[in-house]
Amino acid sequence: MVQSDLARELDIDRFGVEAVLFKALDDFMAEQQYSPDSLIEVLHRGQEMFGYLREDVLKYVARKLSVPLARVYGVATFYHLFHLKPHGKYEILVCMGTACYVRGAERIISALESQLGVKMGETTNDGLFTLICARCIGACGIAPAVKVGTDVHGKVEAKKVRRMLRKYEGK
Amino acid sequence: MAEFQRLHCFLCTGSGCVAAGAFDVRDKLREELEKHGLSEEIDIIDTGCAGLCERGPRMNVWPDEIYYAQLQTKDIPKLVEEHFLKGRPYEPCRMTDTVSGDIIASEMDFQFLSKQRRIVLENCGVVNPEHIEEYIARDGYLALGKVLCELQPADVLAEIKKSGLRGRGGAGFPTGLKWQLLHDAPGDTKYIVCNADEGDPGAFMDRSVLEGDPHRVIEAMAIKGYATGASKGFIYCRAEYALAILRLNIALKQARSYGLLGKNLFERGFDFDIEIRVGAGAFVCGEETALMQSIEGHRGHPMPRPPFPTQKGLWGKPTSINNVETYANIPWIIRQGGEAYAAIGTEKSKGTKVFALAGNVRNTGLIEVPMGITLREIVFGIGGGIVEDRAFKAAQAGGPSGGCIPAEHLDTPLDYESLTGLGAILGSGGLIIMDETSCMVDVARFFMEFCVDESCGKCVPCRAGTRQIWQLLTTICNGEAVMEDLDRLEKLCLMMRDMSLCGLGMTAANPVLSTLRHFRHEYEAHIKDKRCPAGVCRKLVTFSIAKEKCTGCGVCSRNCPVDTIFKMDGERKYHIVQDACIKCGSCFDVCNFDAVNKE
Repeated sequence: MVQSDLARELDIDRFGVEAVLFKALDDFMAEQQYSPDSLIEVLHRGQEMFGYLREDVLKYVARKLSVPLARVYGVATFYHLFHLKPHGKYEILVCMGTACYVRGAERIISALESQLGVKMGETTNDGLFTLICARCIGACGIAPAVKVGTDVHGKVEAKKVRRMLRKYEGK
Repeated sequence: MAEFQRLHCFLCTGSGCVAAGAFDVRDKLREELEKHGLSEEIDIIDTGCAGLCERGPRMNVWPDEIYYAQLQTKDIPKLVEEHFLKGRPYEPCRMTDTVSGDIIASEMDFQFLSKQRRIVLENCGVVNPEHIEEYIARDGYLALGKVLCELQPADVLAEIKKSGLRGRGGAGFPTGLKWQLLHDAPGDTKYIVCNADEGDPGAFMDRSVLEGDPHRVIEAMAIKGYATGASKGFIYCRAEYALAILRLNIALKQARSYGLLGKNLFERGFDFDIEIRVGAGAFVCGEETALMQSIEGHRGHPMPRPPFPTQKGLWGKPTSINNVETYANIPWIIRQGGEAYAAIGTEKSKGTKVFALAGNVRNTGLIEVPMGITLREIVFGIGGGIVEDRAFKAAQAGGPSGGCIPAEHLDTPLDYESLTGLGAILGSGGLIIMDETSCMVDVARFFMEFCVDESCGKCVPCRAGTRQIWQLLTTICNGEAVMEDLDRLEKLCLMMRDMSLCGLGMTAANPVLSTLRHFRHEYEAHIKDKRCPAGVCRKLVTFSIAKEKCTGCGVCSRNCPVDTIFKMDGERKYHIVQDACIKCGSCFDVCNFDAVNKE
């Protein structure tokens, strides 16, 4: 897993990664006055820092916000953007909005799946890519769109998928 | 920077253009201007979405009125030298008409722009969304000032009612009435919410407004706060819209520092502030009761109504929710008057509507047109017709809650009532144009799959119904269904519509019902003939290479993403190994000799 940028900024040498991250998450919750209303924001921040929502992170959030763990788990599993398993270095997000769909997004998924040797939602063995789909990233004008990491690729074609991935494999 | 610049370059930085590399183009432009010592004379302005996302990154140069499209960093040195230094527009990058191929000299020449009427998007593509001064220069916050200094809340409500504005989020509830209900609700604490959880696949107008003109929404919310007696507003935005959230935050900060949000606005004793809440990816949160649950940090489960949000909303207090586009109309209505707004549009649907035009049409992007325009004008006028001159089959309006409008209804005026009559809805305004290469059964299945994923699971008709319908549609797509399945499908759809708890379940069957109504023959072809007329349903399609036509050039093999096209031993012809074929159709698309058959 890549360490998040936030972790790098913090004073890791003194406290160790874990303690610093939990402290930073606690600071964020303090800003929200430990209000249970801010649960979704807190989970967003937690995922950003830890890479994914680990069990101990969920427990920590539940205790600090004084809400039952069941509710925290319920929210974490309800929303699509939260994930409880680690993701690869690059997330490949295939837009499955209507515009992308009628312009062939499904073919692109098939091509990606066979290229990467994983199914939708899975991570490659080398931990480089996680293949996920989204319901419309709002780039309908350049459909079909695929987002790799933070780069958006527009007008993707099945035959060009291989070339698109090569750019990230070398890094 | 000099006070006056010789030229202004409006560079679109909406998500579409950013994806196409607008920021790289901007940096290169700055670098080149610096190199030629032109930085003082020529200003580059980052604007919001100017429409026509298909051909981003776009840049308009004023006052020359030169439109550039599909700019790439490698073009920039030449462009700066030719246009900015020598005064000759750089021809290779100028925008051309999609149909005729002529260079576009003025907005009036180009159908995509000339047929539009911009109210909601009047500032998109014109102002820099990160500078409040530019919004103010375009009469921004004038409406708020007028409301606070000259009008009583009742006058504001009367003006909105006069305009005939109806909710742009889908249901079309009269906005004035909605505000009146909140105004009349008892209690001191009231909340207003802006619904920016634009989950409809294929709709991106809310994002473009927030990215291109965020102050407009802030101003409108403050006006609503004053008119209804609320002093706190929330904007609930999808987490996917990172750029919109960023620009909203900048805008809120600027508005506060200018005293346009916060305590005692315009020294009239009115307090108002706005907080942004970010979603986490759930379509159902676009439903108002689910949205309120999500703001409170819960799972986005809808609640039965009554009590309605105006009686018991956020934290049990009266709450009123409007969509981004609805808000974006408000400042114009206050400035120009409700009557001016009511003069646009049809008898029951007033004003303009923003559509996100996408799919297989030449000009895709965001358009704003008067209500009542016909679909034909949009597709063949503004849209420039279907790509590769294929035949128009249907327009999908309203996303997963909407339906398909077939070719025989191309001349129907687009407004709330006539679309409902056709089994579609105006909805949020996503308009996906489909041609003969789209299979209507597959489209219905696509939307149902969406609803299976997005059903929150609270009520049985929606949770189980969507799955059952999806399975039936899948068997039809696979050519394994019988004719009785069509009746069963229809019955299930009607049951879901009548029995579901919230709007998601009630409307989830619309795409199926409308395709059954207008394209029943396609369903029958799948069932009776085991054939997909559009050649989309994969179980019913195979690709093969005709030996007599194959020249052995190998372009199909090179382009096959799964490497399943091989040359036979001792022969110069290629053939497809069917086991591994994913039926992507790449070989069909690239073959220059029509040697690939699709059956």
